[in-house]
Amino acid sequence: MLSAIGVADTETLFDEIPAALRINELNNIPAGMGEAAITRLMRSRAAKDAGVVSFIGAGAYEHHIPAAVWDLATRGEFYSAYTPYQAEASQGTLQVIYEYQSMMANLTGLDVSNASLYDGATAFAEACLMAVRSNRKVNSRKILVSRSVNPVYRTVARRLTEGQGIELVEISCRDGQTELAALDGLAAEEFAAVCLQQPTFLGTLDDVDTLTDWAHAKQMFVIAICNPMSLAILRPPGEWGAAGADIACGEGQPFGIPVASGGPYFGYLVCRQQIVRQMPGRIVGRTVDIDGKPGFTLTLQAREQHIRRSKATSNICTNQGLMVTAATIYLSLLGSDGLRRIALQCHANTKVLAEKLGETDGVTVMFEPFFHEAVLQFDRPVGPLIKALGQQNILVGYDLSADYPELGHALLVCATEMRTAAEIAAYAAALESVMSSSKVT
Amino acid sequence: MPEPIIFELSAPGRRAGGHAPASPPAADFPAQYLRHDEPLLPEVSELQVVRHFTRLSQLNYSIDTHFYPLGSCTMKYNPRVCNRLAMLPEFIERHPLAATEHGQGFLECMYELQDMLKAVTGMTAISLTPMAGAQGEFAGVAMIRAYHDARGESDRREIIVPDASHGTNPATATMCGCTAVEIPTGPDGDVDLDALRRVVGPATAGIMLTNPSTLGVFERQITEIADIVHKAGGLLYYDGANLNAILGRALPADMGFDVIHLNLHKTFSTPHGGGGPGSGVVGVNERLAPFLPVPIVGRDGEQYVWLTEADRPQSIGRLSAFMGNAGILLRAYVYMRLLGADGMRRVSEFATLNANYLMKRLQMAGFEVTFAERRASHEFIVSLQSITKETGISAMDFAKALLDRGFHAPTTYFPLLVPECLLIEPTETETRQELDAFVAALVEIRDLAYKSPDTIQAAPISMPVRRLDDVRAVRQLDVVWQPDNDPTE
Repeated sequence: MLSAIGVADTETLFDEIPAALRINELNNIPAGMGEAAITRLMRSRAAKDAGVVSFIGAGAYEHHIPAAVWDLATRGEFYSAYTPYQAEASQGTLQVIYEYQSMMANLTGLDVSNASLYDGATAFAEACLMAVRSNRKVNSRKILVSRSVNPVYRTVARRLTEGQGIELVEISCRDGQTELAALDGLAAEEFAAVCLQQPTFLGTLDDVDTLTDWAHAKQMFVIAICNPMSLAILRPPGEWGAAGADIACGEGQPFGIPVASGGPYFGYLVCRQQIVRQMPGRIVGRTVDIDGKPGFTLTLQAREQHIRRSKATSNICTNQGLMVTAATIYLSLLGSDGLRRIALQCHANTKVLAEKLGETDGVTVMFEPFFHEAVLQFDRPVGPLIKALGQQNILVGYDLSADYPELGHALLVCATEMRTAAEIAAYAAALESVMSSSKVT
Repeated sequence: MPEPIIFELSAPGRRAGGHAPASPPAADFPAQYLRHDEPLLPEVSELQVVRHFTRLSQLNYSIDTHFYPLGSCTMKYNPRVCNRLAMLPEFIERHPLAATEHGQGFLECMYELQDMLKAVTGMTAISLTPMAGAQGEFAGVAMIRAYHDARGESDRREIIVPDASHGTNPATATMCGCTAVEIPTGPDGDVDLDALRRVVGPATAGIMLTNPSTLGVFERQITEIADIVHKAGGLLYYDGANLNAILGRALPADMGFDVIHLNLHKTFSTPHGGGGPGSGVVGVNERLAPFLPVPIVGRDGEQYVWLTEADRPQSIGRLSAFMGNAGILLRAYVYMRLLGADGMRRVSEFATLNANYLMKRLQMAGFEVTFAERRASHEFIVSLQSITKETGISAMDFAKALLDRGFHAPTTYFPLLVPECLLIEPTETETRQELDAFVAALVEIRDLAYKSPDTIQAAPISMPVRRLDDVRAVRQLDVVWQPDNDPTE
């Protein structure tokens, strides 16, 4: 090969790199390892993280993942393919995305889904940008966001939108719901959209019908943020209020994606047909080939960065293809009956959990109804409890005190269908024991 | 026979058993919150699901099945063990909000990954959170903006990009509230320095460069570029799309870059997954270190800990709900440990050898290589302009004819400034036989372009579908399956 090129050695191939910039070795990188050795190393690392029972939700939920999901998704033909630019050689990936889009549209009760975004937080940010671009009736770069929207989503959305002069304005909450009385104070100002999470970050159910109708009367768009698992039993965003939400988004992780330290997950984004041209990200459409045979292709690409450069709807290039493949397989295996059963069991388990924990002196269940997360109020800071029960390998929940100081010493707990009655009982017993042995000072 | 849409396989009441709780209690919510109808999802058996998705997978070209010389995308082999170990049960079951005491194994891997990424770039600090190259770019430009703001220079809002740059560069500038200013490329493929000197000034925030560039050549004047931009008060952003070409041969930090992003799904072989998930980790020098996105993995004595906004008050903040694509980061970690320092240098050695060999073979076969007098980096451009003029056969036609011959097409029509171009990146994991077969296929297609152009314009003929009607796809938008919608009508 070297003689074909006409050089003596491979070093010569790098001779266009100025000599002053060339290095002859990499420092601070360990020597390579064989497959057996790296396997031993990773197993020992993984073992350090083993053995806990988790009651944490707060945006990532542990559900059963059928074996077929990742067996199929990690087939090399899915795993090692790329963005389907050559449609004729990518019909598998394209059809999977088309099926995914169809399932998400049906679940949310809206018209059009994209091929996914990075995660729930970034999908929310993109939904905000999209609402400002597409709401032509209101000339405002301000967006109302309920305080019951996931606090990290709000932070990320601020970060990703402020460069474009967009301002997120918070609506306060009361008793775990967006405060309707607070809306009166906002009546005079113009906003491009209002953002509502259902179930809320606190697990509660919001009065989305009243809020949606209020927003639409003021020409605002409504952005719904939903745990998609809840849509098996809860009213879909497309049916909120008289006209339905305009955009829905959220975290797709509950559909067959492991919690896995926070990623990779996928964000879903769905909207009404009329505003599809303002949607960011890939979209797959069905069409026909020159013989009239049905086939799939990326469509509406004139929105995207590789065509529009600085005028694109977003800088996003990819979707979370592999995660969407897993989610589509998951939804096919579960169907709407399976999803409904899981959603109901999660709700029932969390109800039992909240009741049991609420029996402990110094613990009160704050809000009802809730979906599959509940807020518990404690008579003492929850930080030490998290630590004490953590030592018994029980992850008790998410400490709300930093994000919601107005709730006092509050903990967000979750019991999905994965938590057994024995695990719930063990948690309650351990909490009782820790709380009674260390009274509030 | 095309594979049916999964909804078309449904029968009422059919289901895959054993995945959902058998008898959950009924809903006890107030009726106003409840869904009236069931969402339309498939009702199929597990075997139907397995067959359907197996068959769909078989309609794809992939690295595992075909040579995939997609320029700028680094479609190298993804070692199986990286996936296997990233999916160990303890890793995938770890909740992202679990206390760090319950994640020391994972965090140790991430801490060491940060260190290895410092070593391969020369940067002083790394944040792993950006979830794709485009998000890494966002982080980089947001940090540049934050840096200027912190110095009271908020008028610096212009981001300079070469005309050959990837579309995400100008799109990112816009997302960050900056303006993209394009500069031309000189005839030899390097940046036009005079043009650069003309555009820099008090409004310059920085410049975004890929090196080797998207033209497949190393930017030889990089030190001069760094001087010009730095003297004007701007910063240098390194788009790490092409790091594979120089891995272990040169460090972006030494070239004068202040901030970089790396595509772990390219250089460090994490899967492309049909279009993601990627990973766009960012690295910075001292001057930008305070602005890195959080969380970052730190060390407190023997414990690995998260560094957050509280530890890093000038941080541009969070870009994801948790810490980015953690499982992808684990795959990259395993890959880097497999290779080690010497293995990484072999990556750039063989990637460059394969690219230069393939370029030479195509040149000898009479193809027009765009920068023939230059060394190829790990990729190079073939321009088919003269063939197109003489035969009417375009780069797109070549791409489709390659599919019929068992090769995924190279990148076509990018970079935008070379007409009828193929951007070809063979990567280090291909054999000489594969490269020779690819040359033979291109030669055969060219011969047919002259002898019987109709056969090439008709390509592909052996794929699951032939060329698709993209105009119809836009005009008669069909993006959600409807029971009564027949696309052939």
